[in-house]
Amino acid sequence: MAPSAAFHGRRLNRRVLMALAEVAVPVIAIALWWVLSATSTSLYFPPLSKIMTSFRNIWLFSHVGSDVVPSLENLAAGFAIATTAGIVLGMALGLLPILSDALAPAVEFLRAVPGVALLPAALLLLGIGPGMKISLIAYGTVWPILLNTIDGVRGIDPVVVEVASSYRMRRRDRLVRIILPAASPQIVAGMRTALSIGITVIIFSEMIGSTNGIGFQILSAERSFDVPGMWAGIVLLGILGYLLNLAFRGFESYVLRWHRGMRQLARG
Amino acid sequence: MTNADVSVNPLGPSQAQPSLPVLEVSDLTKAYQVGTDLRPVLGGISLQVNRGEFVCIVGPSGAGKSTLLRCIAGLLAPSSGSILLDRQPVHEPPPKLAVVFQDYSRSLMPWMSVAKNVILPLRSKGYSKREQVNRAGEALAAVGLTEAASQYPWQLSGGMQQRVAIARALAYEPEALLMDEPFASVDAQTRSDLEDLILGVRDSFGMTVLLVTHDIDESVYLADRVVVMSGSPTRIREEITVDLPSPRDQVSTKLLPRFSELRAHVMTLIREDRVNRGT
Repeated sequence: MAPSAAFHGRRLNRRVLMALAEVAVPVIAIALWWVLSATSTSLYFPPLSKIMTSFRNIWLFSHVGSDVVPSLENLAAGFAIATTAGIVLGMALGLLPILSDALAPAVEFLRAVPGVALLPAALLLLGIGPGMKISLIAYGTVWPILLNTIDGVRGIDPVVVEVASSYRMRRRDRLVRIILPAASPQIVAGMRTALSIGITVIIFSEMIGSTNGIGFQILSAERSFDVPGMWAGIVLLGILGYLLNLAFRGFESYVLRWHRGMRQLARG
Repeated sequence: MTNADVSVNPLGPSQAQPSLPVLEVSDLTKAYQVGTDLRPVLGGISLQVNRGEFVCIVGPSGAGKSTLLRCIAGLLAPSSGSILLDRQPVHEPPPKLAVVFQDYSRSLMPWMSVAKNVILPLRSKGYSKREQVNRAGEALAAVGLTEAASQYPWQLSGGMQQRVAIARALAYEPEALLMDEPFASVDAQTRSDLEDLILGVRDSFGMTVLLVTHDIDESVYLADRVVVMSGSPTRIREEITVDLPSPRDQVSTKLLPRFSELRAHVMTLIREDRVNRGT
């Protein structure tokens, strides 16, 4: 009992230490930034205190409704469309080799065109409204989800397929209860990649073709020589990115709890 | 396990009453395409299994035992010949048949609890939700796993996982149970426990069982009839009625001189085949 408790204690200490390190590094970095920039007279690198003042003025909370919410809404809508389309199409292509053979060149061609490269065309066709941004995000983020879903579906254990056939499971049950969860680790990994692409695309589309949004605010601050305002927007992006990633990790550990548990057990 | 009447009958339950064949395999052949060649695996198998009978198919590794089982299960199309289950030709997995696969860690769905794994095949049977849950509960109780219902399969030992797979098959209420080397991946003690479990299940559910194994002791211990397969392409070498008393017992049955005789006989048949094949 005693050695195990000691072992447990050591492990607990390690975890506390790691949690502390996770907090300490950003705190130290911010403190350094604050101190080193305090006396800065550079136009381009204003003191952090100035950036924070600007941050408070712009983002707490006067521009939340007009800029942050629309950005996040468009991101969510585009990401949701990409996830749905990527999973549905990916399952179809993964299960029907004829279909995937027929569409493979088209998929490879389209996927090679970065989402942001289509921005001028999207501006022409769809204008500067949310429809354009949502379409562009959906286009930019669908590929990793689509390709990972195909991979996941193709990698299904043949024994699982035999079990499903021998018990005469309905097509719907096979798709939703067997194939989808079996492919879910790859699908979720694709969604994670897609999310970071989505953030890039939304900011870029707002910088080029928009009248609001976080990207628009950052660029218009820069153009009106409000450098602290520009930095404040960039800080906001960092914070939002961190929070989105945190939320995604929560989603992932819920959806893939079986997968994580199984792997931890296998590692012993 | 069984009542006294059955246990004094030296021929076991299947011969106790006149019985009808549940499964009839006639002149079944199977060849696989290897490159441009057709490689024959099964060379004309004819086999009958009666209602309530426990038949073991034994043969050397690579003799096509699993191929035969997959053909009977409707998972693999034979090259020629016919399979009748309850007088109905088998072209796809029949509704009155359940298969227990060797590799329990792959045949159970790791993303579902034990109970959900057992319920999954019941969803297409038109039972109400409540009835699905009840049937799964009964099947899990029959294999002694009521407590494990809410756990994930991978949290259980290998033997327990295979019991979940057996419970899933039982809940499906098949006419016949096909088992493909079901105890080959567990340790010896668990193995004999599972052997007795499946004998008990056969008795209490009156199930017909067709079990494939490469273990000679196991085949003689479990079966009412042992079917020895050998050769290339594989044919049925001999069918041996196992006239050991029921219920079987891991210690006393295996001490019977008759057990040793039967075991030696099966072993000789398989040895001869290995000598003939030069392996």
